[in-house]
Amino acid sequence: MPKVKVPRKSTVIDMTAMCDVASLLLTFFILTATARQPEPLPVDTPASVVNIPQPDTQIGTLTVGHGKVFFGVKEQPVRVKMLEKMSAIYNVQFTPQEKQRFATMESFGVPINQLKQVIAMNSTDRNKEGLQPGIPADSVGTQPSELHNWILQARYATKELSNNDMRVSIKGDSKEEYPAIKKVIDILQAQRLNKFSLITSLRVADK
Amino acid sequence: MAELNSGGGGGGHKGGKIRSKKQNARVDMTPMVDLMFLLITFFMLTTTLAKPKAMDMAMPDKSEKPEDDLKIADFRSLNILLGANNRIEWYIGQADNPLAPPTVTNYGKNGIREVLIEQNKKVIAQTGDPKKGVIVLIKPSKQSVYRNLVDILDEIKITNLQQYAIVDIADPEIDLLKRDGLYK
Repeated sequence: MPKVKVPRKSTVIDMTAMCDVASLLLTFFILTATARQPEPLPVDTPASVVNIPQPDTQIGTLTVGHGKVFFGVKEQPVRVKMLEKMSAIYNVQFTPQEKQRFATMESFGVPINQLKQVIAMNSTDRNKEGLQPGIPADSVGTQPSELHNWILQARYATKELSNNDMRVSIKGDSKEEYPAIKKVIDILQAQRLNKFSLITSLRVADK
Repeated sequence: MAELNSGGGGGGHKGGKIRSKKQNARVDMTPMVDLMFLLITFFMLTTTLAKPKAMDMAMPDKSEKPEDDLKIADFRSLNILLGANNRIEWYIGQADNPLAPPTVTNYGKNGIREVLIEQNKKVIAQTGDPKKGVIVLIKPSKQSVYRNLVDILDEIKITNLQQYAIVDIADPEIDLLKRDGLYK
């Protein structure tokens, strides 16, 4: 019986199609990319069925977690203006370089007298967990708390620069105890700021 | 590595014409694909596709005088007390004389959501006006966590109730929670 010869196939595959797909995906991801910013206070936000995306502009975010409060605004000019106003109130002077560096900080959580040291650090050191102690949220005597002033000055700065009201959102850790959140809400209400948003992640409704 | 092919070594072509080798027109795409996937992985890991969502919330204005407080009918006020360990206690009316006895329940579809829907139906039947449904008073205790608050707001969004408020918890209500083991 004659042997049946199996024709030998080449092992080389045509990669062109695969390359096409890969570049298509790559283009998609590059175009939709918004780089994730490193956060000095990582929090795990609770889930909800609300499907309204958080606005990108004119927003101040209060991050509450592990008993600390961090604050950050989106626009860089607002950050500079807010810092100038705060330095006038607390009589802490900042050089133009420091202001420039502060403008690149996404959020921060230190008392204002320690802010200089944090500004001087590079972003990796700055975002180390547990380095920044949080903005003091307790009022001293009749003086409003630092957090109160930061929020207030950020609102003034936003209003002056863009003539729009700043929205405030609270990004809380899901395990954070209620009194910590309550303290922040009270500070907002003391400024007659009764409308704000809670940042949540998306959950599919269990219907 | 760098070698000069001067034709002397080995004697490849003996005085004949130097023929250029015919090159294959096909390029090996494998390294390119490798690189592509590497970049894709990088971009996938650094992007945040799921944008955070914003749940809008309005608190009652504090600067108003307490005398201006709106009096609401007892049977319409559903009090939800958020206790420890992700448990809830709810009652209708006032703490010292509740119209519906305090009941302990859970979060989620079979817990508080059923209560909300059921009580809302009852209240609407009583008022005869679909706009005058139940008024939910959320009272988080000190031992509840932030997730509880968001969960309960979420349930209110799901059940589409219009009137709700976050209120400070009072001492008799903490005693209620203590009695039922929801507060240490």
